[in-house]
Amino acid sequence: MVEFLQFTLSGLSFGMIYAAIALSLVLIWRGTRLLNFAQGGMAMFTTYIALEVIRHTGSYWAGFVVALAAGVVLGAAAELAVIRPALGKPELNAVIITIGLLILLEGLAGIFYGGQYRSFPTAFSIIGLRAGSTPLGVSRFDVFVALAVLAATLLLAVGFRYTSAGLRMRAAAFNATVARLSGIRVARVITVGWALAGLLGALAGVLVTPSTFLYPNSMDSIFVFGFTAAVIGGLDSPLGAVVGGLLLGVVLSYAGGYLGSQGSDLTALVALGILVVVLMLRPDGIFSGARVRRV
Amino acid sequence: MTTRSTPRVLAAALATAVLIAILSIKLNSFRDYQIAEIAIEVTAVAGLTILTGLSGQISLGNGAFMAIGAYVTALLMLHLNWPFYLVLVLAAAITAAAGAVVGVAAARLHGPYLAGATLLLGVALPSVAYAYTGYFGGDQGLDVTFTTPAFLGVNFPLTRWEAWVCSAVALVTLVLLANLGRSRVGRSWRAVRDNEVAAALAGVNVAAARVLAFVVSAACAGLAGALLAIVTGLVAPGAFTITLSIALLTAAVIGGLGTLPGAVWGSLVIVLVPTYATDVATSHGLSSSVASNIPVAAYGAVLILVMLLFPQGIQGALRWLLGLFGLSPGRARPPADIPDALVPADDPPAVTQRRPASPEGSSSGTT
Repeated sequence: MVEFLQFTLSGLSFGMIYAAIALSLVLIWRGTRLLNFAQGGMAMFTTYIALEVIRHTGSYWAGFVVALAAGVVLGAAAELAVIRPALGKPELNAVIITIGLLILLEGLAGIFYGGQYRSFPTAFSIIGLRAGSTPLGVSRFDVFVALAVLAATLLLAVGFRYTSAGLRMRAAAFNATVARLSGIRVARVITVGWALAGLLGALAGVLVTPSTFLYPNSMDSIFVFGFTAAVIGGLDSPLGAVVGGLLLGVVLSYAGGYLGSQGSDLTALVALGILVVVLMLRPDGIFSGARVRRV
Repeated sequence: MTTRSTPRVLAAALATAVLIAILSIKLNSFRDYQIAEIAIEVTAVAGLTILTGLSGQISLGNGAFMAIGAYVTALLMLHLNWPFYLVLVLAAAITAAAGAVVGVAAARLHGPYLAGATLLLGVALPSVAYAYTGYFGGDQGLDVTFTTPAFLGVNFPLTRWEAWVCSAVALVTLVLLANLGRSRVGRSWRAVRDNEVAAALAGVNVAAARVLAFVVSAACAGLAGALLAIVTGLVAPGAFTITLSIALLTAAVIGGLGTLPGAVWGSLVIVLVPTYATDVATSHGLSSSVASNIPVAAYGAVLILVMLLFPQGIQGALRWLLGLFGLSPGRARPPADIPDALVPADDPPAVTQRRPASPEGSSSGTT
């Protein structure tokens, strides 16, 4: 029972990371109908920037803030420089461009920082918390991870719901043509969506890297699971991204915990199993809306 | 591809075979190895370009099928000592069966959902090798021994023989796929890709067509995996990462999705650009971490540039060039007839699924 609680809590903490990546993919998908394969690469790059800042200033929080800012800039710059020219061309072109961007960023990280594994500091203690004498399986930092992603998600939700900028974004995602006719600058809204996605990715990068180490490919598997989470939840649904991320995090934690070493080798296979089951029942994710098919 | 008759395809294949034979004899063994590498890539990419370009189903997991083909090859050659041509047939058959299973599961999925499922397949399947070290050799992998046949004499270089075997398989695959693409099957794939409902009304069995495309594409990937096993002499999970699956799709799109010559151009790009960039970087005496990463960065930049400059891929650009000079009017079609081919059978936009990014739309917001 104690084990179960530990696995659940640590799964939720990791699931929040997947949720952040999934949410960033959903933001971009709703705006541009595009899967951004560079999301993990962008997060990796901003985490390197954070590490540089932390090394020079000695302050974790300076690095944290700079990483988020770099994420915003990188997201917007990517959209303006390489994605926008490719929109309206064959759909897969933009996907290949994001793959190119991913490879470019990984190459640049290798050139600037080398390929060796680097450790990344945490903001809080990583010693496991205890309730009385039972260990909970999560540390103060894990709690911070969960709270940080939760706060970002809630801020986004509130922003989308109650601000006029949020209304514009929802309108543009709902129907770009009508939104444009109502005077919304859809292109700018899309750039903002990419910037916000960059911010969420950067947040995920800074939060997950203490447990994965930092190297040019360090975000690859996190991206794959974040993508899986987004697909499980339904790419049009921000709520689905969070639920998908938490579901995936918890199930993978059980798999790693209960199946022993073989389980941790097979996490991707377990994730595939969840994905197949969910997509068999709902081919557009758990939170997909009604499908309209034009003949 | 659709306008070429079988004799023309055969003539092109024969001419390429002669060219490769001459090249492989003239060039050194490293270049022979590269020829083999390109041929392997072509085999896998050709299958994928059929799947994604003709039947409209995206796959980011064809690396998994290559892994199946490679492990089947390694296990058969290690334990049963089968001759390679039999191994090749069985590897293709087993991966085709795996493709049928995946195809059935994928038949209901579209666009990003299919991409997500296949991507995870590509990541998950090779990890089985880590979990069952006893059968698959874990991280170390399995060794494969491949030798030149006796009739070529003892001095015949192994790499040249491998280049020949791989090129032969690649060319046969291309000829078969070209015929298949022109046949009734190919037409039913295009029909399903362009409009599922219309295809079904016209009597096409949509589900069967979609599954069959996966079977064909998996069989090609299985062949490529078997070839990879003999050329590298080692089958280990490290060779079948997510990068491999992504590289296959990249090659197909860069070359020109849905066209078999495009599969060749794309394979040339993704094999030769990194090697060439490495040569340039090392010859300038850069430090090893920089020199080893410049090719990666250059490769990424090339992908972005090709997609921005040649939206229809290299084959599209070549067609456009030929059209400029008024050559082969039969093939120099306006590029405009290809774009729909590239849309991974997604639903036409309904009210909630409006594609926001028409060219005039994305610019009107800023002006």
